[in-house]
Order: sequence, then C-alpha cells, then structure tokens
Amino acid sequence: MVQGSPFTVQKLFMPGTGPRWLPYGVLILIVAAAPLVFSGRMSYYLSILSLAGIYAVVVIGLNMLMGYAGQISLGHAAFFAIGAYTSGILSTRYGLSPILCALPAVAAAGSVAVLIGIPTLKLKEHYLAMATLGFGIIMYTILRADPGSMTGGIQGMPNIPPLQILGHAADSDRAQYTIVWSTVILVFLFSTNILESRFGRALMAIHKSEVCAAVLGINVFGHKLQVFVLSALYAGFAGFLYAHCSPLKYLNPDDVAHVILSIKFVTMVVIGGMGNRWGALCGAVGLTVLPEVLRLMSSLLHGISSTDIEMACYGLILIMVMILSTRTRKRLLPIPAENTLTQHPIRQ
Amino acid sequence: MTSPDQLAQYLFSGITIGSIYALIALGFTIIYNTTGIINFAQGEFVMLGGMCMVGCTHILRLPVPAGVLISVACVVVVGLLIERLSIRPAHGASVVTLIIITIGVSITLKALTAFITKDSFTYPPFPGPEHVRIFGASMPGQSLWIIGAACCIMVLLSLFFHFTIRGKAMRACAINREAAYIVGIDVETMSFLSFGLSALIGAVAGIMVTPTTQMAWYRGMDLGLKGFCAAILGGLGSSPGAVAGGLLLGLLETFGSFFVSGYKDAIAFALFLLVLFIRPRGITGRGR
Repeated sequence: MVQGSPFTVQKLFMPGTGPRWLPYGVLILIVAAAPLVFSGRMSYYLSILSLAGIYAVVVIGLNMLMGYAGQISLGHAAFFAIGAYTSGILSTRYGLSPILCALPAVAAAGSVAVLIGIPTLKLKEHYLAMATLGFGIIMYTILRADPGSMTGGIQGMPNIPPLQILGHAADSDRAQYTIVWSTVILVFLFSTNILESRFGRALMAIHKSEVCAAVLGINVFGHKLQVFVLSALYAGFAGFLYAHCSPLKYLNPDDVAHVILSIKFVTMVVIGGMGNRWGALCGAVGLTVLPEVLRLMSSLLHGISSTDIEMACYGLILIMVMILSTRTRKRLLPIPAENTLTQHPIRQ
Repeated sequence: MTSPDQLAQYLFSGITIGSIYALIALGFTIIYNTTGIINFAQGEFVMLGGMCMVGCTHILRLPVPAGVLISVACVVVVGLLIERLSIRPAHGASVVTLIIITIGVSITLKALTAFITKDSFTYPPFPGPEHVRIFGASMPGQSLWIIGAACCIMVLLSLFFHFTIRGKAMRACAINREAAYIVGIDVETMSFLSFGLSALIGAVAGIMVTPTTQMAWYRGMDLGLKGFCAAILGGLGSSPGAVAGGLLLGLLETFGSFFVSGYKDAIAFALFLLVLFIRPRGITGRGR
C-alpha cells in the first residue's frame, strides 16, 4: 500500500514500514503515568480522564464509520444511551451483576443498529445525516417520555452499582481509570487490526468511490452495514462503561442521549482528522478536557456559562477544521487524501 | 375527536403550524436547489428571527412593522455572512464536509444566542381580532397572520422565480448547475443570494410563530428538523412539494398528538424515516 512512495510521518503508524510498536508503547506509558501524576487530592482529574476514555471508545468506532468508510452518523449518542440504559436497567431493576451486563448492553446496541442500519444505509449523504439525526431524536424522546416506567424519564436513573471485579467494587477514581483505559487500549488495538485488514481497505475504497469499490467486487452495502453495526457496538460498550465506571452512578437522557452529545462525538472525530486513529484518540481526550479548562477560567468569562462557550467552541472547531481541510486538501494530521472522485465538477 | 367543531379546531391549528413548517421547508429547498447543500442551520434563522423581534419589541420598543423589517434585515445579513464566511471558503468540499460545516454554524449561532440570553420570550400577537370563529373552531388572530404571511411569501416567491431574471437564473442552477455556469450564470452569486433569501423566509417564520409559542435559543434545531422533514415529505428540491409536505406534517402532528401526546416529535421523525425508506422522492414524487 505504501511501497515505493516517499517517506511520510504516516508510515510510522503503518504496518511493516517502521517502528510499529513505538506509538503504542508511548500511549501505554502515558496511560500508566497519569495515575502517578494525578494522585491524592488531584484524583478528580482521573475521573475526567476516565470519561475521556469512555468517549474515546465511541470515537474510535465512529471514526471507522466516518473517516474510513466516509459515511456520517449524527445519532451515535443513541447507541451510547442504549448501552448505558440496558446495563443500568438490568443491574438496578433486575439485580444482575454489572459485569454480566456488558454483553446484553452491546448486543442491544448492535441489534438496534442492524434494524436501523438496513434501511438507513441505503441512503446517502444528506439523507443519511438526517435519518441518523432523526433516529437520535426519537431515542432521546423515548428515554425522556419513559413509556415502560423503566428509565426514570427526565429524573434519570440513580444509584447504578459499580463494576465488581474479583469481589471488589471498582469504586475509586483510580480503579475506574484503570478499567476504562485498559479497555480503551484493547479496543484501540482491536480496531487497528480490523482497519489494517482486507475489511479496512475495502472501507477506504468505498470512501474513495462506491462505484469503483463495487467494480472491484466489494459488497458496498454489506461493508457499510458491518462498519455501522461495529461502531454501534463500540458505542454500546462505551455506554456500559459510562453506566458503571463513572463517578456519577447516574443516567439521564440529557447526559447520554442528547443531540449535542452526538455532535460532540462528530467533533472529536473531525478535530483528530477524519480517518486518523490517533487523532480520534487525541480528539476525544482534548474535547473532554476542554470543559474543565473552561471551568477553571470561568472567573475570566464574566458570567457566561462554560457550557455555552463549549458549544461555541465545537461549532467553530467544526467550521475551521473542515474549511482548512478542504483548502489545504489534507487534514491537520497526515492521513489518506480526501475523496476527490465523487465531487461535483464545478465545485472542484 | 367526536364533534365536527373539534375536528375543525384540529384542522386549523394543523394548518397554522403546517404553514410555519412549509416556510422552513421552502428555505431548505431554495438553498438545496441552488447550491446542492442542505443547510442544517436553517432552523437557527427561524430562531434568530424570533429573537431579533423579541429584542425589537422588548428593548427597543419599536412598533411592529419597524421591528419586523429590522429583524428580517438582521437575519438576512447573518445568512449572507454565513455563506461568505463558512460556505464559500470550503469551495469544492465533499457533501459530508459541507454537512459538518453547516452543523458547526448551527451550534455556533445557538451558543452565541445563549451568551446573550437563556430565557424564553414571547411578545403580544400582531394587531387584529383576538379570536376568530370559523366553522365552529376558535382560532387565535395570530394564526391568520401566520397563514397570511405564508401565502404572501409563497406568491412572492413564485413571482420571483418565474418573472425576474435572478429568479430564473436560480431556477437554472436548480436544474443543472454546470449548464447554468456554461451559459454565463454567476453560480457563486446565486449561492450567495439563496442564503439571503432562505434567511429571509426563515426569519419571517420565526417572527410569526413566536407569539403563539415561545422563542428561546435552543428552539432552532427542532423547528429546522421539522422543516427538513416537511421538505423530504414533499420531495426534496420541489417548492410545491415543500408547501404540501409542511401542511401535511402540521396536520399529521396535530391529529397524531391527539392520540399519543408525549411523542409529538417522534411522530414527525417516524413519518420522515418511513417516507425516506418507502418513497424517497416524496409524496409529490418530484424530489431528487
């Protein structure tokens, strides 16, 4: 794939062309060092990093869908919410041990994704964006309206039990951080392997041109559906982590299912440069830490709420990154070149 | 829904809200036809129109006609600025990129409004009778204003598109941008104009709807999505379709909320998904 082309930074992250394990080693070192830095009174920051890790799982999945396959989903918070609520309901109302909830949570998100994906992925571009957005809003409405008196509606769902591992409850910030980030690393390696396989290359071909991909014998719809479901599985798993591994122990439709959360996930993918795995990871951490930075600076903001500034930042980031990326024809970080085959001739 | 009076009541409130959806859908249609972009910030035009009018009536204490003119002008300027600052620089971008840009515009506008105020506002209905009785249904006077404004805009738009050179040029872009470019139509200016026109229509919808409901910084997305649903129902890209889709959506939502009240928003989207899957060209079959 890269043989014979000139050296790029990109090659460092590709198989067989350089010190492949170096970046992973650095990642593991950073992850392991964080609890040492943020110890004692500063362990609050670990809980923020845990949240970043949970979002990172969603973003890694969404990046496969958006960056690699070139599709768009504005409703990924819905799958996140399905995972979180399935796990929350099973563990509080049916007393299932939290760790056993992971499978049903992921399965629920996956099966909804199959049901939604089959009709939705036949649509393209605008229609796909709106259909996924519409699905996200329906999910949010259902969770708020609480038809079966299961989700607690607007009041939310309190007292979700923490994970039990070997008889110990993972209740501290540090334990949650360890669980979350070790799964993030596993998920990251897993998706790296998927993307560097035949499947990943097929996705990139679909992104370049669906017609070309189909001519090459790639089952376009099948691959789109698979990557959509896969990204939903990631989101469902992240939802499960959110339910049991965040210090809140509380689920609320506004926190887990809101449209703004879906847009936040898209922003995280976009800021990292769509199609860049490392970028997605950095985007997730960066944008989760951003509100904390804004909160620290709140004295400078003269009464403007930090959530509004956060929202404005997302908006400006989306606009700027997208404009820059089209103007320079590359993303902020070195990654495969932009889709040029399917563009309108006049707008080129 | 037993008596005919009640039926008429539902019918008229459906038409009222449907007119608003139709206006928003027309805004989507105009930009989509001229540029090929779905403007996810369309709902923010509606919200800004309502909020500017709130500013004019509450703070500046202007009379209604002056307030309407100033608010519409403000929103049109915003619309033109959006085209210049965010759409034009991304020339040649893929559709997914453009979608993400307009989403960025949408939440930026929302956040900027929230900086100024986070309260919900309303203002008194426009001058006229407080209630009108038609076929046993009691309609607030503002409904007449809404329906009247929608009709006026539709008539003016069709005059503009059929009898002015710029309107015809925009229609040419809608039929085929490349061919329009080749025969010497300035496609870029048409794109600029389409954002202004679409902001104008959105602002009018926002100004008219605020007295019947309320307006706040977060309302734009709801209204915009409903307008998009209407545009899809009627067939994306078709102006008569947008009007028909808006009215149909308004009616279905009003009658639907009679049966399942908590799921008013879900009705619109379920319908929207259904149309997309079964009849993607819309009920009029004119969409693309």
